[in-house]
Amino acid sequence: MPPVDMAQVTLRIGERTILSDVGLTVPAGAFVGMLGPNGAGKSSLIRAILGVVPVSAGRIAVFGRPVGRGNHDIGYLPQFPARSAPRLDGRSFIAAALHGERWGLPCDWRPGRHRRHDAMEIDRVLDLVGATHLARRPIDHLSGGERQRLLLAQALLGRPRLLLLDEPLASLDPHRAREVVALVDRIRRQLGIAVLFSTHDLNPLLGVMDRVLYVGRGAARLGTVDEVVTGPVLSALYGVPVEVIRANGRIFVVADGVVQS
Amino acid sequence: MFAFEFMRHAFAATGIVAILSGLVGYFMVLRGESFAGHALSHVGFAGATGALLVGMPPFWGLMGATVLAGVAMGLGGRGTTHGRDVTIGLVLSCMLGCGLLFLHFLTTSATRATALLFGNVLGVDRAMLGWLLVLGAGCVLAMAALSRPLLFASLQPETAEARGVNLRLVSTIFLAIVAVVTAECVQITGVLLVFALMVGPAATAQRLTATPGWGIVLSVLLAIGAGWGGLALSWWTDCPASFWISALSTVAYLAAGAWRFTERGAGADAA
Repeated sequence: MPPVDMAQVTLRIGERTILSDVGLTVPAGAFVGMLGPNGAGKSSLIRAILGVVPVSAGRIAVFGRPVGRGNHDIGYLPQFPARSAPRLDGRSFIAAALHGERWGLPCDWRPGRHRRHDAMEIDRVLDLVGATHLARRPIDHLSGGERQRLLLAQALLGRPRLLLLDEPLASLDPHRAREVVALVDRIRRQLGIAVLFSTHDLNPLLGVMDRVLYVGRGAARLGTVDEVVTGPVLSALYGVPVEVIRANGRIFVVADGVVQS
Repeated sequence: MFAFEFMRHAFAATGIVAILSGLVGYFMVLRGESFAGHALSHVGFAGATGALLVGMPPFWGLMGATVLAGVAMGLGGRGTTHGRDVTIGLVLSCMLGCGLLFLHFLTTSATRATALLFGNVLGVDRAMLGWLLVLGAGCVLAMAALSRPLLFASLQPETAEARGVNLRLVSTIFLAIVAVVTAECVQITGVLLVFALMVGPAATAQRLTATPGWGIVLSVLLAIGAGWGGLALSWWTDCPASFWISALSTVAYLAAGAWRFTERGAGADAA
């Protein structure tokens, strides 16, 4: 069963049409980079796969099952919100997400066996992302890259088979961005899971992603970088002349004379 | 000072309210909803004076108004009251104005208004103590059931929503609990000073520790310290208890800030 299978999907948020009659399939184990201009609806598409926003028409299936909230096959890293980080240590932050949807006391306040079991799960995800040393520090003392590491650990709780990462590179410098991409790729290979990674710059993902998904003006194109990131394809997608320039192993997308990268 | 029944009642009532305030206040501060509690107490003022006007006990008017307002805030919100300070501030002043109008029609003595606005902890009788205990126990039980999704929804609302947490439901239940605790707190500190018990200790605790478990324990202990300390100081100095409670709460908050500042300075020196 493919991680994500979309058939004739139309997605509207308010008056905006994000997708109109789109069909695509994310293959198992793929690293898909999702690109598109700001406001194209990358976050909305992720939220539709999570089942948080309903599709207007068509259907989305995740591992063969219709989307719905509380799907434990999906790990989700939201865009880091603008609100200030709370003064909590990283471990408490992650622990709050472990079965946080159930009623009762938080998992690290319960006595005995459950607590040890939960502690082991938190240790496992911290170890996976190499953030064990960050877990005791307050989140508001961490750098952007360190914070993304912790959020990535949180997304790995409960052994998901599909990671939805919403702009994890926002506000990271190129060096840190490369580190986060390499980390996600290592975890994907290690666990054999699929990754949908939204970003506004495709260059940090070059050489790592094996598919690219472009979203714009209600349409979407999924394929390899060489298939999709070309002048004709992007021009058709955006409805304006788009030029693709490759230089020094980097790709620059130029629309209306403005470099979109 | 424990020779007098009214002092024993005052200490018991303050203890109950301090435990609740410390517990619920921790989540209010974590969620950035401290002003929600402040606004609820003002709505409660209109409720209490309105109840007096129609000849009902003011406590129930207060409770009814705060719970209604809390539920309305929860249902009307987007799962968080974050960034709604203008709405809250306007409702707050409008409700205080309504309370003033009801008082005007009541032509009651100024003592009654002062008791509502600034608290009358020495006037807590046995029956009121019983109600504080019963309602307080209900709040603690409700918090025990709610704390897990509430913590998740407060820290990571987007993820919580994706995992199936009903943000609006969690927020509404929480604000209803906040409303009951606010109504209880008004008995001790009055409408204007609920911040001193509900927000001060919790904010101090969050300056001192970065784990929620210890944060709540510390928040409750600080609230009890401010409450009982304030009562004792008011006994010895013959000044209003609410003054001392708010003073202790503020001093603790500032001291915690100073402690953090020196800690950070020491850390920088070591590095």
